[in-house]
Amino acid sequence: MKPARFEYARPTNLVDALILLRDHRDDAAILSGGQSLVPMMNLRVASPQIVIDINSIPDMDEIAIDGSTLQIGARSRHNDVLRSKLVQQHAPLLSMALQNVAHEAIRNRGTLGGSLALADPAAEMPACMVCLGAEIVLRSADGSRSVAAADFFRGIYDTALEPDELITSIRIPVFSADWRFVFHEIARRHGDFALAGLAFGRQYNGEIVQDCRAVFLGVEAFPRRLIEIEQAFIGTNLNDRGTIEKADQLLASSLDCLEGGEYPTEYRLHLAQQLLVRCDSEAFDENRR
Amino acid sequence: MNNTSLDDTIAISLSVNGTNVSARVSPRGSLVDFLRHGLGLTGSHVGCEHGVCGACNVIVEGRVVRGCLMLAVQADGAQITTIDSMSPDRYVLALQQAFYERAALQCGFCTSGMILQAAELLRRNETPTREEIRDALSGNYCRCTGYHAIVDAVQTASHALNATPSGNRLPG
Repeated sequence: MKPARFEYARPTNLVDALILLRDHRDDAAILSGGQSLVPMMNLRVASPQIVIDINSIPDMDEIAIDGSTLQIGARSRHNDVLRSKLVQQHAPLLSMALQNVAHEAIRNRGTLGGSLALADPAAEMPACMVCLGAEIVLRSADGSRSVAAADFFRGIYDTALEPDELITSIRIPVFSADWRFVFHEIARRHGDFALAGLAFGRQYNGEIVQDCRAVFLGVEAFPRRLIEIEQAFIGTNLNDRGTIEKADQLLASSLDCLEGGEYPTEYRLHLAQQLLVRCDSEAFDENRR
Repeated sequence: MNNTSLDDTIAISLSVNGTNVSARVSPRGSLVDFLRHGLGLTGSHVGCEHGVCGACNVIVEGRVVRGCLMLAVQADGAQITTIDSMSPDRYVLALQQAFYERAALQCGFCTSGMILQAAELLRRNETPTREEIRDALSGNYCRCTGYHAIVDAVQTASHALNATPSGNRLPG
């Protein structure tokens, strides 16, 4: 249970880190919070030749509002994001979802950028980023680019990150006050990886649903917006309780549930349907307040 | 920048329980192994070594973290506090007393991690509900007691703290 040997570098500025990453590419691992990387190294699932520790690089953990965009530094610790007033005010979905991310001591260290870069299909933050239409800002020694969360996640532990790139920040659009977001997940024990979860939002004009966003986690290989499900809600009246039944039936044909492991695909579908009912009823109550 | 080849050790300087420490460590050594084997501070325990059990909890820059998921080399320049120096802390003191009275431990392997995590909770929220206590301790495994007594003890400590005026705070 000890990691294999590796070379350790702790650059004190971003440019030095990017040069190291360019020189070592797939042989390098970025150490941010280390709450997934270090267990993987201890279990020898990961054996990078060089570990690039980014914890001494300044200005990577700021949370700020920039016009109508909430900007979160990639190295922001989960608990700092969870307890940020700016996040609670401008992206309440994240505050709700982060309560389900692991446990106190892990959240004290784990980072938002790390969770996105790992792209575990059961992780909460990737699904939230897709739901909120976030932009993920990447840097390499050659420059910077921004990738929409919807294009960033590509498969199980697979993202648009090139071997010489790292995530520097996440830009989240602030939604208007007529949107309501809810988050629910089902795990065997609080803080464990989710068996399934749902990030769900609706925009209302009175009792009519104007727009909708629905992104599952732990159900499919990577998070994506379920357009058919969203369409089923758009234009409906909140008091029409037939909508949720239709949407729930649509899930069976819309979802491509993960296979294998302890949980059969039918069970994951069942959980997804329960989550949609739960989120639907809560988004409804929220609006009535 | 701090580059090393495979078998080199790296010099680190840090503060541990208020004392300045300098040492050379292998990049692949964990913080908790360094504290135990390098400094003889055996209060934090090595359990699962992949962040699940919470027995290795230590305080880094005022926050409880897993000692097995931080490399010793990462603690360079940091302020570390371990359970070994925490008895004067009013939260830890109240918890120790309550754990003892309620027999909230059997083998005691998980206790130091439990107490650090519970103290962090009480420092933030002196009157947590049972649900909030369970939530805060959900990342700490106990294989003996079944948690009921532990939750009771944290609640007892919370009541005791609220019956006495605030005294000392976290050392270091």
